[in-house]
Amino acid sequence: MKYLDEFRDAAKAEILVREIETLVASMSVPDDRPLQIMEVCGGHTHSIFRYGIEGMLPRQIELVHGPGCPVCVLPMGRVDDCVAIAERQGVIFTTFGDAMRVPGSRKSLLQAKADGADVRMVYSPMDALALARANPDRQVVFFGLGFETTMPSTALTVLEAEREGIQNFSVFCNHITIVPTIKAILDSPDMRIDGFLGPGHVSMVIGTAPYAFIARHYRKPMVIAGFEPLDILQSLWMVLKQIRDGRVEIENQYARVVPDAGNAPALAAVGRVYELREYFEWRGLGSIDHSGVRLRDAYARFDTERIFAVPGVRIADPKACQCGEVLKGAIRPWQCKVFGSACTPETPLGALMVSSEGACSATYQYGGVKRREAAE
Amino acid sequence: MNVARGMTPRALGEVRAPSVTLAHGGGGKAMKDLIDDVFVRAFDNDALATLEDQARVDLAGLTSRGDRLAFTTDSFVVDPLFFPGGDIGRLAVCGTVNDLAVGGARPLFLSCAAIVEEGTPVDLLRKVASSMAEAAADAGVEIVTGDTKVVHKGACDKLFVTTSGVGVIPKGVDLGAHRAREGDAVLVSGLLGDHGAAILCARGDMALETPVASDCAPLHDLVRSLLAAAPGVRSLRDATRGGVATVLNEIAAASLVAIEIEEAATPIREEVKAFCEILGLDPLYLANEGKLVAIAPRNEAPAALDAMRAHPLGRGASIVGRVVVGEPGRVTMRTIFGGRRIVDMLVGEQLPRIC
Repeated sequence: MKYLDEFRDAAKAEILVREIETLVASMSVPDDRPLQIMEVCGGHTHSIFRYGIEGMLPRQIELVHGPGCPVCVLPMGRVDDCVAIAERQGVIFTTFGDAMRVPGSRKSLLQAKADGADVRMVYSPMDALALARANPDRQVVFFGLGFETTMPSTALTVLEAEREGIQNFSVFCNHITIVPTIKAILDSPDMRIDGFLGPGHVSMVIGTAPYAFIARHYRKPMVIAGFEPLDILQSLWMVLKQIRDGRVEIENQYARVVPDAGNAPALAAVGRVYELREYFEWRGLGSIDHSGVRLRDAYARFDTERIFAVPGVRIADPKACQCGEVLKGAIRPWQCKVFGSACTPETPLGALMVSSEGACSATYQYGGVKRREAAE
Repeated sequence: MNVARGMTPRALGEVRAPSVTLAHGGGGKAMKDLIDDVFVRAFDNDALATLEDQARVDLAGLTSRGDRLAFTTDSFVVDPLFFPGGDIGRLAVCGTVNDLAVGGARPLFLSCAAIVEEGTPVDLLRKVASSMAEAAADAGVEIVTGDTKVVHKGACDKLFVTTSGVGVIPKGVDLGAHRAREGDAVLVSGLLGDHGAAILCARGDMALETPVASDCAPLHDLVRSLLAAAPGVRSLRDATRGGVATVLNEIAAASLVAIEIEEAATPIREEVKAFCEILGLDPLYLANEGKLVAIAPRNEAPAALDAMRAHPLGRGASIVGRVVVGEPGRVTMRTIFGGRRIVDMLVGEQLPRIC
């Protein structure tokens, strides 16, 4: 197994699509009320568009592309904070690549770099730590971004910095947690989602237990799904089967990667380094309680927010944006008032147009061919 | 060849300093020595050696080869300067030669303008110049005129090179992005994305070691074989920055046609695929420096494919798709998974994804 093409077998896909069709046919889904399945994670959204999965599904299934793209849900004010930090004398600001293009109210990090700020793209927080070692006279800031998937690597880097006694490294912590966010979506009045594809890599860290409330309290089925196209089709089939059989369970399709108990060393590092924030601001979804983390007091000297005066800019989402409604499945991306006109990947207004994993940007760029042609 | 010959050979100047200083750009003896030592010596042709302000080209020698002049220019700012499979010098020659070749032109003469950052080792320049000379010999062109500027530290990144090129298009050859017609076949000349992957790896900041070399090569001879076997070929483009995806979008837009490609038929090396998987990049948008896209009428597609495959630079050629009925300008791909997706132009450059 090279894990490159094995999970992309077209013949197996066809069999799964037939199974899904048979299943849906046995469920008498009304035409004006298709089944809405939300994939929570941006990685799934990417695969769905990359392989054209939406177009292979029967009309009665609508995929709602959820909030799990960390770049998309980053509020504009936070980008302004990043730019302000990056523009400080003596700072090397390090970030994952796809955060470079996210627009702030004044500029993106890409523009800040063009204007002379020392902004560098890294592939791991350890690369940022290496920069700190190599540049002892500069302050190296790592832009910690992402869900539980990237949280442990940032935590381990902080622990390593502590072990080595590195003085010029800090984390601008914008890590967010997925569970309160799913809860916020489930609590929202215009929500009408029938089932979920659960995040794969987040679950690899946190395990399956934290999702139990979705089945227990909200009576919605969830299947934790892998990222290959066959994983996604199989997981969809599993969700649909639960709906048809009237079951609500948290199932794990991605068992080859996700242990039910999660990853103990990663969770230990996360628990040691971070504490929950009271609330965190999300683009498109507003403020969500306990949805972000920051560094514990013991690691305050590695916390950018505590060693620099970070402006803490708060900027409301543009009024015309309907990102929140798209996220909850209330409208489809192309039904937004500004989709493709005021809001495009070149000039994104809303969160979901920002990263290629965002529902609107993915729809605009890759396009679900069949759906879009039908819509036009 | 058909460059008007100069008068007398003269002794070439030499640089003794290990690295370039602003003095080498000052217009005096130091500059003349640098140009002699690095460029004139490497490029070794009479037209350049006379150091006139221009190369002089015999018109009769051009008109005997065709009825139109092709003229192009390209700048090269690659980082790093040396990478597996090539360097900025080879790239600067092949890039411009290929821009001429895909117009059906026989490439003949190049210029070379170098912008050098002070402090750059002279040996580095010598290496680049000799690589340019070698690539020019491979491509059958002469570098007949040039310019050198030295800028302050930090004003450029070691070395920027601009080459312009002149070639002649034989009578009857008429290639254009606007000429694709419904039913035509879409071909590529080999494995895609090697150059882009090699450069990203050579930058060394992602701790991935992928054994891929740049495909940097002059395509004029491949084009000649291709056009001899399939004279009806409508359009050729070298798939450089933006990759095959961008070229197909340009052709679809210029011809007002739709193009559909088959993911299963796009030739991409396993290593490049794996590299793209890890970083979340799409190989269709990675740069190539020795691959072309050809649009051929359906009945000439097999001959075009055979001709490319018979050439050392086209062994991995493949028919990847066709021109179809559909929304003008739209490029779609049938995925290996059986789905269909749009292959659009990129907004900016591809950035690696977080997770």
